[in-house]
Amino acid sequence: MTAGIEAPMVGLTHGASEDTGLGQRGPESKSIVVPYGFWLFVLSDMVLFSALFATYATLVHANDGGPTTSQLFHRDLVAVETIALLLSSFVCGLAMITAKRANMIWTQGWLVLTGLLGLVFLSIELYEFASMVAEGAPPQRSAFLSAFFTLVGCHGLHITCGLLWLGTMMAQIWAKGFQQHILRRLLCFSVFWHALDIIWVAIFTIVYLIGTLS
Amino acid sequence: MTLFGRLTWDAIPFNQPIPLITSLVVLAAVAAIVIWITMKGWWPYLWNEYITSTDHKRIGIMYITLALVMLVRGFADAIMMRAQQAMAIGQSQGYLPPEHYDQIFSAHGTIMIFFVAMPFVIGFMNFVVPLQLGVRDVAFPTMNNASFWLTASGALLVNLSLFLGEFARTGWLAFPPLSEKAFSPGVGVDYYLVALQISGVGTVLTAVNFVTTILKTRAPGMSYLRMPVFCWTALASNLLILAAFPVLTVSLALLMLDRYLGFHFFTNDGGGNSMLYMNLIWVWGHPEVYILVLPAFGIYSEVAATFSGKPLFGYRSMVFATLAICIISFCVWLHHFFTMGAGADVNAVFGIASMIIGVPTGVKIYNWLFTMYGGRVRFTVPMYYLIGFMLTFVIGGLTGVLLAIPPVDFIVHNSLFLVAHFHQVIIGGVVFALMAGYTYWFPKAFGFTLDERLGKAVFWCWFIGFHLAFMPLYVLGFWGATRRMQHIPDPTWAPWLDVAFVGAAIIGLGIVLTVVQLLYSIKTRDQRRDVSGDPWDGRTLEWLTLSPPPHYNFAVLPDVHGEEAYWTRKQTAIKEEQLIPEPNYQPIEMPVNTPTGIIVAFFASLCGFAIIWYIWWLAIVGLIGAFAIFVWYAWRDEHEHIIPVEEVIANARERRRIRMEHLHTVSQST
Repeated sequence: MTAGIEAPMVGLTHGASEDTGLGQRGPESKSIVVPYGFWLFVLSDMVLFSALFATYATLVHANDGGPTTSQLFHRDLVAVETIALLLSSFVCGLAMITAKRANMIWTQGWLVLTGLLGLVFLSIELYEFASMVAEGAPPQRSAFLSAFFTLVGCHGLHITCGLLWLGTMMAQIWAKGFQQHILRRLLCFSVFWHALDIIWVAIFTIVYLIGTLS
Repeated sequence: MTLFGRLTWDAIPFNQPIPLITSLVVLAAVAAIVIWITMKGWWPYLWNEYITSTDHKRIGIMYITLALVMLVRGFADAIMMRAQQAMAIGQSQGYLPPEHYDQIFSAHGTIMIFFVAMPFVIGFMNFVVPLQLGVRDVAFPTMNNASFWLTASGALLVNLSLFLGEFARTGWLAFPPLSEKAFSPGVGVDYYLVALQISGVGTVLTAVNFVTTILKTRAPGMSYLRMPVFCWTALASNLLILAAFPVLTVSLALLMLDRYLGFHFFTNDGGGNSMLYMNLIWVWGHPEVYILVLPAFGIYSEVAATFSGKPLFGYRSMVFATLAICIISFCVWLHHFFTMGAGADVNAVFGIASMIIGVPTGVKIYNWLFTMYGGRVRFTVPMYYLIGFMLTFVIGGLTGVLLAIPPVDFIVHNSLFLVAHFHQVIIGGVVFALMAGYTYWFPKAFGFTLDERLGKAVFWCWFIGFHLAFMPLYVLGFWGATRRMQHIPDPTWAPWLDVAFVGAAIIGLGIVLTVVQLLYSIKTRDQRRDVSGDPWDGRTLEWLTLSPPPHYNFAVLPDVHGEEAYWTRKQTAIKEEQLIPEPNYQPIEMPVNTPTGIIVAFFASLCGFAIIWYIWWLAIVGLIGAFAIFVWYAWRDEHEHIIPVEEVIANARERRRIRMEHLHTVSQST
């Protein structure tokens, strides 16, 4: 990009994409504005989870004479779950690379794999929930279990929404090809998917690792 | 399980005359308006220019209209409470039974904060921020439209509770355990929770939109420290929304889980902890105060500079004070429940933090005073509000510092003293600013000014009415009167409550006069046209364009030099007696209208209504509908339409002709 003066802009955003980021040369291009807005949304989502983490930390010992963390959690199961989710994130990154090269087959392939690994994660989580309910530890049993099911379940709900979004993205790419705005959305999706990984790492540590230490 | 969940004919208040008659009157009024619009054939215009519009100015006007309508509802609740407390003394029980009175004070607080103050403030941010930044719209125009309709959806559900079922009887923050299923089994709390969740989503999306707009889309040369103070306060306010509203979502969601699925977050049994709710809700609730008052400070800053004919005193300190308040407001939430028993050390920390927040606020007050000092002050309506605000707000701030001292708080906590304090800062701080902004930006929105004489009458009603209504409550609070009393046991309190009622009635007169002012100004609009686009001799970029501005705001984005973008440019033009050379006009790309927002809000309302009444199949229909519209919208091919260069040039030349005429008048008069 040359340093010369750009042609006067049209529309809401600037034509030039390589800007200082401080907006002093006029509005940024859509390729900056859209992901930036999405990052802010992810940030607010992180705040939402932080409130749930605080709730969990407050109530983790309020088990009302019911089962405790170390009686309920199985590290092995959670390890498999974690590997599935982290792999899913990695594969999502591969999909982004192939999407940049506009390779339809490989992009769709990697996205399918991203979704399948997400489904594996979700199935294990649902299995864990079902077995806890069967063991007499449903969320209604104690404040601790309410907090546990809500925190982990909220992450699961995000994964479910992500899978719906992923399906929509795959359909869009298939029907419309690698258009600019669709690639931007795909970028937002991958930001969302990686952010859920970060949340999961915190859940894994705070809920499962610390919970099974004693 | 039945087809309509727990919705039966009993939901309609046949045996309660007050809500029944109110409902019928409101229904008749809505029907009359719908018929009137249909007869006039205005639906296509409303649909194209407002309902589906992605224009930030139109969306701003819709937000403010919603706020004004809800203000009437919230005020009706207020005057009913004042009347009840003035009547129900000693032997008399007044006219409102406790179960109805409790709904009224809950609805009053909920409506005034969430559906009057919030949409009013967000309406101004919508209307003003892109204009002041010198750009054509917000970063995400379609999302902006959806945000508005989600807020309107929440307001609709709250109003629906008047006709169908009941509203919460728990106070405006629905504290557990009272708000738990065991103690509030009806639909009231569910209306509250669902309505706030839906409008809360809209508010978070607004914040995403405005932070992006302010940080990423500004006119060339508009560096951070050249932004008008209103934009800075809007930025701070939206950052607070981004960080605080998700916590509100969580607190309400946990309470919903308790109520709907029998979880144990805040229950008395099962290890639940109701103080957890207090902490969570006030982690949102205290920043919320600043979400409202920071943009209000921004409005005062614009008004002070414009009508004093001087640049704002201490611009940088104003920015610094705004951001300081933005951060400290997250460190004070515990002062809302000093009596929880956290201990002297914790209370001291939060007490001191609460007092520290008075420092940047004090900086601001001095800045406004010094802006007026030595200026050529024009005593217009917005200026009246600014001066009225400074007098009122300082006293409100001082009672706040009193409340921030834990031992004092232990005594006056939950009393009418507290009620007087927060009304003083919210009416004196926020409402006065909103009325000032309404008068100040009205000509920009509609092309004619509001009547000045009636405007001043409205100001005096608010100013005198407020002091009569709330000063007595400080006295009563010191005497031990707790808040939210349906019946007053001590007859010696009667004179003070009578004065408070008279004060509320005077505020009511002010609201009536606001309507009169609007109608009268519309009727005489030809005599009060704002042809120049700059009726107040303004200093910021919104006064550069025409009133009302074209959809795209500026034919060419203004090039910003110096702190006061428009003032500098205007003074140069006056000195040189010519405008800047005509730029090279280009066709403009603007976002297209879309019904997505209102359809999403329709499904959200449907889903919300279904959840309140346990109509599960309908809730699923609502969710599927919302997902379907999401996919449908993602599939669109047309994102923007092009405004042809001929139209841009014609508009721009017309504006330049008007400006040249204006320039001649100015240079002849000097």
